Amino acid sequence: MATTTYAPLPAQTRSLAAPTSRSGIWVGIFAITMFFAAFTSALSVRQGSGDWSHITIPSIMYANTLALLLSSVTTELSRRSITKSQASGSAMRAALPWLGVTLLLGVAFVVGQYLAWRELAARGLYLATNPNSSFLYVFTAAHVLHLLGGIAGLLYLGVRVAADSTTLRRSSFDNTAIYWHFMGVLWLYLLVVIGIRL
Amino acid sequence: MEQTSAQPAHVHAPPKTFLRKHVFSLDHKVIGKQYYGLALVAVFTGMALSWLMRFHLVWPAAKIPGLELLSKAGAPGGIITPEYYLSLLTMHGTLMVFFVLTNAPFAGFGNYFLPIQIGAEDMAFPRFNMMSFWVTFVAFLVLLLAFFIPDGPPISGWTAYAPLSAIGNDAGPGLGWGQNLWAISIAIFCIGQLLGSLNFIATTLDLRAKGMSLMRMPICTWAWFVTACIGLLAFAVLLPACLLLLLDKLAGTSFFIPAGLVVSDRLQPHAGGSPLLWQHLFWFFGHPEVYIAILPAIGIVSHVLITSMRKPMLSAKVLIYSMMSIGFLSWMVWGHHMFVSGMNPFSSLLFSFPTLTITIPATIITLIWLGSLYGANIRINSASLFALGFVSMFVSGGVSGFFLAQPSIDIYLHATYFVVGHFHMVMGVAAIFGILSGTYFWFPKMSGRMMNETLGKLHFWITFIGTYCIFMPFHYLGMAGNVRRYSSFVDDYMAPLMPLHKFISIAAFITGAAQLVFLYNLIHSRFRGAPAVENPWDATSLEWSVPSPPPWNNFGGKHPVVYHDPYQYGVKGSKGDYVMQDSAEQPATS
Amino acid sequence: MGKLFAVVLTLVALASAYPIVTHMYAQPEDISTHGHAIDEQLSDTMAEAGFAFLGAQLLLAFFVWKFSNRKPGAKVTQLPGGAKLMVATAFILVGTEVLALGVLGQKAWANVYFTPPKPDAMQIQAQAGQFAFYFRYPGADGKFGALHPDKIDEGNGNYFGLDPANDIESRDDIVTGELAIPVNRQIELLMHAKDVNHSFYVRELRIQQDFVPGLDLSIHFTATKIGKYEIVCTQLCGLGHYNMKAYLNVLSQEDFDKWLKQKASEQ
Repeated sequence: MATTTYAPLPAQTRSLAAPTSRSGIWVGIFAITMFFAAFTSALSVRQGSGDWSHITIPSIMYANTLALLLSSVTTELSRRSITKSQASGSAMRAALPWLGVTLLLGVAFVVGQYLAWRELAARGLYLATNPNSSFLYVFTAAHVLHLLGGIAGLLYLGVRVAADSTTLRRSSFDNTAIYWHFMGVLWLYLLVVIGIRL
Repeated sequence: MEQTSAQPAHVHAPPKTFLRKHVFSLDHKVIGKQYYGLALVAVFTGMALSWLMRFHLVWPAAKIPGLELLSKAGAPGGIITPEYYLSLLTMHGTLMVFFVLTNAPFAGFGNYFLPIQIGAEDMAFPRFNMMSFWVTFVAFLVLLLAFFIPDGPPISGWTAYAPLSAIGNDAGPGLGWGQNLWAISIAIFCIGQLLGSLNFIATTLDLRAKGMSLMRMPICTWAWFVTACIGLLAFAVLLPACLLLLLDKLAGTSFFIPAGLVVSDRLQPHAGGSPLLWQHLFWFFGHPEVYIAILPAIGIVSHVLITSMRKPMLSAKVLIYSMMSIGFLSWMVWGHHMFVSGMNPFSSLLFSFPTLTITIPATIITLIWLGSLYGANIRINSASLFALGFVSMFVSGGVSGFFLAQPSIDIYLHATYFVVGHFHMVMGVAAIFGILSGTYFWFPKMSGRMMNETLGKLHFWITFIGTYCIFMPFHYLGMAGNVRRYSSFVDDYMAPLMPLHKFISIAAFITGAAQLVFLYNLIHSRFRGAPAVENPWDATSLEWSVPSPPPWNNFGGKHPVVYHDPYQYGVKGSKGDYVMQDSAEQPATS
Repeated sequence: MGKLFAVVLTLVALASAYPIVTHMYAQPEDISTHGHAIDEQLSDTMAEAGFAFLGAQLLLAFFVWKFSNRKPGAKVTQLPGGAKLMVATAFILVGTEVLALGVLGQKAWANVYFTPPKPDAMQIQAQAGQFAFYFRYPGADGKFGALHPDKIDEGNGNYFGLDPANDIESRDDIVTGELAIPVNRQIELLMHAKDVNHSFYVRELRIQQDFVPGLDLSIHFTATKIGKYEIVCTQLCGLGHYNMKAYLNVLSQEDFDKWLKQKASEQ
C-alpha cells in the first residue's frame, strides 16, 4: 500500500471559542418549520374535500400581528443595547428595559389570540365545527404554544440578567432573539394561510 | 497528540451526586447507556410478544399459563383472543421500531461515541440531551400503560391507519384509551427524538476537534449525522400527525374520518376527513424512519469491518456519499407503502422510480463492502461475525425490496408475509446485527471489561442460522399469498402452509433463547469480564485513544488534534499495522 | 472460523434459494386476463433477484473464506479497480436492471389501472364492512339504488342501507354474500367501504385493492376459468380481520344467469 504523508489541516479560521448553540437554534427552527409544513399539507389535502366555507378571521388578529412585529423590533433594540465589549454580567442589564417591553408585547399577543378564539366561539366556530375552524384553531394554538416557549426563553434571560449572572453568554441572547423573530415570520406565514385559504 | 488551547469552559462540571452521576446525568456516555438499557428492555419485551404471537398462530387453542393475569379480557383462560393477538402485534411493532431500532443504534451508541469520535468533551446541549432520554423514557411508560388499562392496547398495528384508529371503541377493543395512550406515547417520543437529533447535528457541525474535517470523521459518525438530519424532519411530521389523530379521537374533529360511516351499527358523527391523509402523513415519516433504523447499523458495521479487515474500505467517501443519497432519496418514496391504497395510480408509478433508484446507493454500499473484503486479513470475533452477518442480511432484505418496489408485483405481494419477511430481514435482523456487532465491539470501551468470546460466537451461530430459518420462509409464505396480520389462518388455502409456520415458530423460540445467552454474557461480563485495555482491537478512531471506560470529560481536559482519516490500517506503524487518528507518526515505507 | 462462516453462509444461501427454484410455494394459477403480465414481471424479478442474492452471498462467503485469519505477515491489498469499479458496476448493473424492471413493469400496472372498463362491463358493487363482504347487482333496470348509511339494518339483511320504498332503482337490486360472475366477461367492481379500510384480494385474479371510506373506487377484471376462489380481506380492519372473506364463483354465462335469477327471487 502507498504510504501517506500526513499534514495537519491548516489552523481553523473559525474561532475555537465559537458559540456552539448557534447552529442549534437553526436546527430547531428547521424542525419547527417541518412541523408546520405537515399541518399545511394536511390542510391542502383536506381542502380537496369540498365542504369548505370561508372564515373571516377576527380583526383582533391584525392587531396581534402588529404587536408581534413590534416585539421583534424591541427584541433587536434590547439585543443591541449590549455593546460588543460587554460580554456578560451586570453589563447586560442595559438590555433589560427593551426586553421587558418585548415580553409585554408577547403576552399581549397571546392574550389577543385568546380573545380571537373567544370571538370565534361567539360566532359558533369551535374546534370541531367544520374543517376550516379545525385548522384555524390547530394552526393558531400550535403557534401560541411555540411562542410561549419563546416567552419562557425571554423570561429566563431576564431573570439571569437581573441576577447579574456571570455565565450567561451573549450567544444566548442572540439565539433567543433569532427564535423570537422566527415566531414572527411564522405568524406572518400562518396569517396568510388562515386569512386566505381558510 | 493533544494540545491545551483556548477552548471555552465546558458546559457542565464533573458530577458529584449519585443522581447526577447515574440518573439525571448530563454526560452523553451515561445517556447513551441509558438509551441502550431502555432498548434492551424494549427488545426483550417485544420479543416475548412475538413468541406469544408465533405460539398462537400454530397452536391457537393452547393455553398460555399466566397470560390471563396480564389480560382477563384478552386471554381468558390463557387463550389469546383475536383482538389480543392484534394488540400484541401492535405493541410488538411499536416497541421494536421506536424503542429498539431508533433507540439503540442511534440514540444509544450515537450518544456514547459521536462526541468522542469527533474529539469533543460532550454534546452541544447536555441538558437537552438528558431531557431527550427522560422524555423517551416517559413515552415508554405511557406506551406500556396501555397493557394495564381495561381497554387494552390498540389493535390497529404500529401503523395505526385511520379511520380504524380514529373512531374509538365502536371500531373494536383497545381503540379507545388504548389508542389514545399509543398516540400520546408516540407524540412524546417524537419530542425526545427531536431534542436528540438537535444535539447530534449541532455537535457534529460545531464541536469537532482541530484537524477533524467533516471528511475525516469516521463513517459511523457520518451515519449518525445523516440519521439525525433525517430524524429531525421525519419526527417533526409524525408529531403533528399524532396530534391530529388525538384531536379526532378526543375533540370531535374530522381530519381522518369521512361522513357516513356505520360502525357497530352506529352512524359516526364525523364528516369530510380523509383516511389517505393519515397514510400520507404517517408514511412520509415512516419511510425515512426505516432508514433511521438501518443507517446507523450501516455505519457501525462499516466501522467494525474496517478494524476487523485491517484495511480501509475501497472508498470511505463513496460510502459517505451513498449514505447521504439514501438519506435524500428516502423522502421521495413514501408512496410505495400505498400502491394499492386507493391513491392515484399514476402517483404509484411515480413513487416506484425513486424507490427502485434507492437500490443504487444501497448496492454501491454493498459492493464497497464486498470489494473491500478482497485482499483483507479479517480478524474473526463476535463483533466481526455479526458485521459480516449484517452484510448477508442486508443483501437478503434488500433483494426482496426489489419486488415490492414495483407496483404491478405489489398487487400480488402487498399485505402478505412477503412484506413481513422483507422488513424483518432488514430491520428485525440486519439492524439488530448492527446493534449486536457494535455491542461486542464497544463493550470493552464502555465497561472496561471484555465480553466472553465463546458465548458471543455461540450467540452468533444460533442467531445467524436461526434468523434465516425464521424469516426466509416468510417470503415463501408471501409468494403463496399468505395474508399478514391474521390472528388465525382459516382460509382454505392456508392448510398446506401450516407446517412451514410450525417450522418458523420453533426456529423463533430457539433463536429467542439464544438471545438470553447474549443477555447473560452482557450482564456477567459487566461485573466479571476480563479487564479490557485501552485499545483491544488495535483500532484507530479517537474512542480507542482514551481509557476504558473514558473519564467524565472524555479526554481528561485535553483537546485532541487529528492528522488524518481514521483508516490508517495495513501500514507499518510503531504500534502495529495501524496508526491512530490522533497520531502524527509517519508509517515506515513498506 | 472464517471458513466455517463461509461454509454456513453458502449452505444457508443455497437452502434459501431451493424452495424458490423448485416452486415449492408458488403463487396459484392465474385465472385473469391481466395477470400474465404480472406473473412475467414477477419471474423476471425473481431471476434478477436470485442472481443478485446468490451472487452477493457466495461472493461474501468466498471472500471471507479466502481472506480471514490468514498466515501471519500476510499483506493486505486493495481490489484492482477500487471504488470506481464498484460504483460503475452498481450503476450499470443495477441501474439498467432497475430501470428495465420499472419501465417494463409499467405495462402490467397500466393494464389494471390505466385502461378504462369496457362499455359493456358488468357492474357489481362490493361493500366491505366489519367483518364481511356483500355484493350488489343492479337488477333488471341496470341501475343501483342510492345508499343510505342511516338505513343500514344488518339484522334484517339491509346491508347496504337501501331504501326501496323511496328509491325506485333499489327495488330490483340483488344483494348477496358471494360474488358470482360469468366467465370471460369483464366485471367492473364498484368498491364501497362501510366503516374502516378493508381490501379486496383474490390471489388467482392477481387483484388487490383497498376499500377506502369516503372514496368511490373501482377496479375491473375478467376471469378466464370457472371455479370457486377465495376473496380475503388484506387491510387490517379489526378483530375479525382474519375471518373476513367471501367466495368468488366464476360460472358459465348460463349458470350465472340461473344463479342471478335465483338470487333475485330470494330478495
